[in-house]
Amino acid sequence: MTAHAAAVSIRQVSKTFGQGGTTALTGIDLEVQPGEFISLIGPSGCGKSTLLRVIGDLTEPTSGEALVGGKSAHQARLDRDYGMVFQEATLMDWRTIRKNVSLPLEMMGWDRVRRQERVRELLQLVELSGFEDHHPWQLSGGMQQRVAIARALSFSPSLMLMDEPFGALDEMTRDRMNIELLRIWEATRATVVFVTHSIAEAVFLSSRIVVMSARPGRVQRIVDVDLTYPRTNETREDPRFFELATEVRELLRESHGARETV
Amino acid sequence: MLKNLGIAAAVLGGLWAFYTGYRWLWMTTGWTRPFLVDDLTMPPLHEVVQRLWEPAATEQPALVRVLLEKAAFTAKEAFVGFALGAVIGFAIGVVFHFSGLMRRGFLPFVVGSQTVPILAIAPMVVIWLGGKGLPVWVPVAVIAAFLTFFPVAINTLRGLDSADPRKLELMRSLAASPWTTLWRVKFPSALPYLFSAFRVSATASVVGAIIGELPSSIQDGLGGAILNFAQYYSLDPSALWATNVVAAALGIAFFLTVVLVEKLVVRRAPEHVA
Repeated sequence: MTAHAAAVSIRQVSKTFGQGGTTALTGIDLEVQPGEFISLIGPSGCGKSTLLRVIGDLTEPTSGEALVGGKSAHQARLDRDYGMVFQEATLMDWRTIRKNVSLPLEMMGWDRVRRQERVRELLQLVELSGFEDHHPWQLSGGMQQRVAIARALSFSPSLMLMDEPFGALDEMTRDRMNIELLRIWEATRATVVFVTHSIAEAVFLSSRIVVMSARPGRVQRIVDVDLTYPRTNETREDPRFFELATEVRELLRESHGARETV
Repeated sequence: MLKNLGIAAAVLGGLWAFYTGYRWLWMTTGWTRPFLVDDLTMPPLHEVVQRLWEPAATEQPALVRVLLEKAAFTAKEAFVGFALGAVIGFAIGVVFHFSGLMRRGFLPFVVGSQTVPILAIAPMVVIWLGGKGLPVWVPVAVIAAFLTFFPVAINTLRGLDSADPRKLELMRSLAASPWTTLWRVKFPSALPYLFSAFRVSATASVVGAIIGELPSSIQDGLGGAILNFAQYYSLDPSALWATNVVAAALGIAFFLTVVLVEKLVVRRAPEHVA
């Protein structure tokens, strides 16, 4: 492990489900530098979620390897090097918000006072102070997802893996959550790997966008997003924003067309 | 809760009226099908209630006092049996959850255990555990546990299996041990299942305790009282009826206790509340 180890390094990763079954990923190579915000975008079936799960060691690649901070993905998971946010908030409905956020800390043996202090900080960060003693079902979908983000951030992982975290939210809430996520990202300086199928979301958030194509899932092109941070609502009206969104859209259309002709 | 009590009272009133009406109709018309109705086969309910306040036997305190003492004794057996069965059932459910081999190998026998009539097993348990210096009611509690463990084992298994796969994946991402995942995700997810098992088991434990008393010739419990009053049924039918009422009340009390504890323990989103 060197000081310059990539945050995530994917080498020739392929994934096949079942014996001789569908090929979800084939020959993926990807390097993510520390502090980057990377989006994986592509049509359904392009394996973007599978790739994220390979990085998180929630599924094993059929061949190739995934390194996280220079370690194997498996070791990184055991060392709790990343925080994960899923499409559903996946909160424990029998726990209060406070106890949901502090669940990883409990597991790591933090004492009560430190946990309380950390939960206070985190809820402030995701702007949910005052909801400590609520139960998840008392919160809106967007608020629940912010709790999930706070939980993933609780133990200050250097990497965040986010699997369409705002996919279930309405567009206005999603736009607001995007701005909040960038604020949180800038505050924590964590590396983010973010799966989405919203082009606008990918362009708005990312420093680089990995455009994937389907059947079999592969990297079609990596688009550098040269919009400056911090990004605001004005960013969405920047001509460059439209150019980039158009570029991504055309890449996706190409990959879709390529599939149709197969 | 209050509304439920009101409904229960109304249903009780309805049943009372139905019983009394049926009795009156059959007795005035002299119908004998399916059986002859008279004060022996269907004693008037007010007499059953009255009987509770009369002496159990000559020179004895009121029947209700005697029956409540016996009910307390049976309740002790039933409660210990319930607790024992719940612990054993839970342990079996956990083992089956973690080991497919154990599940496939032993589940048929666990199911089979319940097809054996409890009356056939009770005497053996009494012989095995009797005369070991244990209190006489211990074998009865074990018999009650035999009825109780089964629903708990099956529902523990179902409940642990029912945990949301997304929550399990989250725990995996947090590198949780199987033990941590069991206690922090699977067990809380299984609680509603556990409590439906406890509801069944609570009443079954009372039945088990009453039946268990029969072959052990224990006179201190409701089982003994039922056996005793059954022998004098032709002379004093209301006494047996009154005993049955107390036995039913004990079962209901066990059931309601479980419901109450469930309300205190299980917290669920409003749409999940049954």
